[in-house]
Amino acid sequence: METVDLSATLSTAKEWKEKLQAAGIDLSSCYQCGKCTAGCPMASAMDYSPRQTVRLLQLGMADTALRSRTIWLCASCETCATRCPRDVDVAKMMDILRIEADRAGVAAVPSVPIFHKTFLESVENHGRVYEMELMMKFNMRTRKLFNNADLGPKMMQKGKLHFLAPKVDDGGAVRKIFARVRERRDG
Amino acid sequence: MKIAYYPGCSLDTTGIEFRLSTAYCASKLNLDLWELPGWNCCGASSAHSKDHLLSLALPARNLALAEKEGLDMAVPCAACYSRFKTVEAEVRQDEKVQQQVAHAIDMDYKATNNTRSLLEVFAGGVGLEQIESSVTKPLTGLKVACYYGCYLVRPPKLGHFDRAEDPQSMDNIISSLGGTPVDWPHKTECCGAGMITLSPNDGLPLSYEILRVAEICGAECLVTACPMCLMNLDLHQETINKKLKANFNLPVFYFTELMALAMGASPKEIGLNRHFVNPMPLVEKIGRRETA
Repeated sequence: METVDLSATLSTAKEWKEKLQAAGIDLSSCYQCGKCTAGCPMASAMDYSPRQTVRLLQLGMADTALRSRTIWLCASCETCATRCPRDVDVAKMMDILRIEADRAGVAAVPSVPIFHKTFLESVENHGRVYEMELMMKFNMRTRKLFNNADLGPKMMQKGKLHFLAPKVDDGGAVRKIFARVRERRDG
Repeated sequence: MKIAYYPGCSLDTTGIEFRLSTAYCASKLNLDLWELPGWNCCGASSAHSKDHLLSLALPARNLALAEKEGLDMAVPCAACYSRFKTVEAEVRQDEKVQQQVAHAIDMDYKATNNTRSLLEVFAGGVGLEQIESSVTKPLTGLKVACYYGCYLVRPPKLGHFDRAEDPQSMDNIISSLGGTPVDWPHKTECCGAGMITLSPNDGLPLSYEILRVAEICGAECLVTACPMCLMNLDLHQETINKKLKANFNLPVFYFTELMALAMGASPKEIGLNRHFVNPMPLVEKIGRRETA
């Protein structure tokens, strides 16, 4: 069994306690009952269960949480946040972990942040999702050119996928939102 | 009744039947859906995994446009609805967030208006009585598993219109159409969402379970209010059958499609021909039961 020196992780524990506190999540409220994990539909596929992920942060082992597959397999179904008897917003905690892991470049399941990036590029460029471009770019970036390739023609046949990009009359408002958010984030 | 209408990206593509059937029901029920001019994507499940402020600003611009007109906003897609409810709650709770969001969208937004799920607009606003009195072709004998999924009801702190466990609004609508909602335990289980495509080995079993339990409980079809759930259960039903050795043949409808059918719509005008699991044999069966 792995030994962890909890004195060494104390400062990380404090850092994450404060970081999550600012988002309205009180890590120390969690008494490890496991109700989040019991209701989590993806728990069996995760390397650390939702309860264990909270525990990792309580103990200052944030690096393990950030490098886990768990945060990328979370489907954001909000069952954990709904059922927690201590009102710990585990789903929101997963969001914060995903954002940090992605920025630190340590995502254990890279295809998921690649999808989010590609999706948001589409929104920035067109104002709405341009699904055809999204699917093609995503497949190129993950180097699985023929991933779900059968679905495209199937959907097009039913008029559910379009060749042309959506046209949004927003006067460039969406591009400006992305620019202002970026400016704020990057200072 | 006039309300701002935010269709969301899916309703022009994968969820086109939701748009067509919603328009049909609105016209039958004198619901004035004013589509927001120049609406933008809400950021869906991607923005909140990338940047918190972005995940608030994208839906907020749409809400601000409706607020300017003094209107509440009707949102059909459950995933969009959840993003709108989130920004609404955060802006109301924290003035600092309100200012950050207003700066990001370069518009005033104070969340004085409300986001309403289309399900809530029909079940609560228009009301079951009016729905019932507009039915010309009742869904007599049709056994329906009402599938709510995640975002219509969770997390409850966002102030949803229905309860988080065992919600009722869709079941009530089906009853007022003359159909029979089945009692089943998977109303709010997750369908696997994006994991169906991003990690199919982990995602597909979730939708499989929903189909399996619906069938065991005697449902002839499922009904949902979420384009993502519908895509997973309908488009991917064939994949589920192949990969998980099943033999499902369960049509999946938007609740507005069943409403429209019961109000006399022809299957084609509301897009029933665009489903992947062919619903027509079941639709014809309803017709036969009704005349029997």
